[in-house]
Amino acid sequence: MKETEKVIVVNDLTKKFGSFTAVDQISFETRKGEIFGFLGANGAGKTTAMKMLIGISKPTSGEAIVNGFDVKTQPEKVKKTIGYMSQKFSMYDDLNIMENITFFGGIYGLSRKEIKERGEAVIEKLGLREVAKKQVGSLPLGWKQKLAFSVALLHEPKVVFLDEPTGGVDPITRRQFWEMIYAEADKGTTIFVTTHYMDEAEYCNRVSIMVEGKIEALDSPKNLKKQFDASSMDEVFQKLARNVE
Amino acid sequence: MQALRDITFEVKPGELFGLIGPDGAGKTTLFRILTTLLFADEGTASVAGMDVVGDYRDIRKAVGYMPGRFSLYQDLSVEENLDFFATIFGTTVEENYDLIKDIYIQIEPFKKRRVVALSGGMKQKLALSCALIHKPKVLFLDEPTTGVDPVSRREFWDMLKRLNSTGITVLVSTPYMDEAELCNRIALIQEGELLVVDSPENIVANHTDSLYKVAAKNTYMLIKDLKDFKGNKSVYAFGEFIHYTHSNSDFSEERLGEYLEAKGHEDIKIVKARAGIEDVFMALSEKKGTEV
Repeated sequence: MKETEKVIVVNDLTKKFGSFTAVDQISFETRKGEIFGFLGANGAGKTTAMKMLIGISKPTSGEAIVNGFDVKTQPEKVKKTIGYMSQKFSMYDDLNIMENITFFGGIYGLSRKEIKERGEAVIEKLGLREVAKKQVGSLPLGWKQKLAFSVALLHEPKVVFLDEPTGGVDPITRRQFWEMIYAEADKGTTIFVTTHYMDEAEYCNRVSIMVEGKIEALDSPKNLKKQFDASSMDEVFQKLARNVE
Repeated sequence: MQALRDITFEVKPGELFGLIGPDGAGKTTLFRILTTLLFADEGTASVAGMDVVGDYRDIRKAVGYMPGRFSLYQDLSVEENLDFFATIFGTTVEENYDLIKDIYIQIEPFKKRRVVALSGGMKQKLALSCALIHKPKVLFLDEPTTGVDPVSRREFWDMLKRLNSTGITVLVSTPYMDEAELCNRIALIQEGELLVVDSPENIVANHTDSLYKVAAKNTYMLIKDLKDFKGNKSVYAFGEFIHYTHSNSDFSEERLGEYLEAKGHEDIKIVKARAGIEDVFMALSEKKGTEV
């Protein structure tokens, strides 16, 4: 039963800005412990859809249930029970590592004891002991992103949203990052991730591809490649998303 | 903090040269030095036969520079931006229109629109048009495709190839390793140092590690178990496969297969494969890491 537990349920979710439909009746579900890739060209509607799922943008119509909470009527409950990190914003550059951990732990309502214990565990696991007092802004991007991922998981959410978490990160760290994702999914956390690296799409259990506000394909990488007669996810993407701007 | 260390390389006239490395490797610093916007502490550089310090005025006329962040005036329209850059360089849009025509024609329908209201793709095309309008000999593009989806990336490179074929020397930086093969020659850069400078074909051909593509049903467990396999040198996820290299010649596919089977893996595939630029980049940066 655990295996089929649905963490995100989306039905006909739509967002319009005036006459422009950014997200057009998308529907999908994600399971517990699933790595769900959310792909699409720039401007296809990914960010708008993600904003609705994390409770910071109200749907025009349709519904989305995240962790059992309705994003329309219970956005605050949604925000408390999810983890989130993006390439653009993850942590405060002018706070040090432990200060960031304390800040985000506090935001998510952890006790001082929990913050201290879990914070120490993160610093230990990532080997950041020597730089724990350094401002986060001075860390290499890859370290920062690994740390941000751990901080997003501090309150042990059932689902974590990752918006282009590996953009610009060096190839070795990018892989270490994905090994962290695998380990977390293995523990039962659902991972909702966007990326422009098509090799990363292959690491997902299932992948959806948005084109002009609609989900045009959704399946495992293996089945998508079969369906589009392609040898890689890059080819699938090129076939689906080409010639639309 | 030392952003760059002992950088030495040459770019030939008419080349499409790629500077490839992750965020923080020093790409932007290097481009700023070469476009005369920043002084180097030591060493010399010349662009189009001119010294970046002594002849900075002439270099600025001879190069086009498209910085990573959009350099356009947000509150001017598309055509106003283009006019502005043409005027600054003492030329007119008409004079060099041929050079930008292919690119500009795609955004011309929006020429009255202010830049702030353009999509990312359109801004990029305008920024490129503005960097080209004075007909530079050398074009510097700093991460033009970062954060851009794979389809738009490919279109941008098609554009770049056409430009390059008109004779303009192009230096382009990117964090995407798969763009390496689109360049005539590349430099791989990591932590302020060049790892190698050569054609992508030569770089791959000179890489001697035997590489195996490995797959099994459970990728996460496969990575873990490969890292426990005695004698492993590197284990990296690559799309649907894991790229595996061994530390000595004492390796057989059979032995690895048996090992993985004993660990309970299903649907095991082991195939000898050719390394790509990303494999080489990781191998070289690992090597560097162990030398320090």
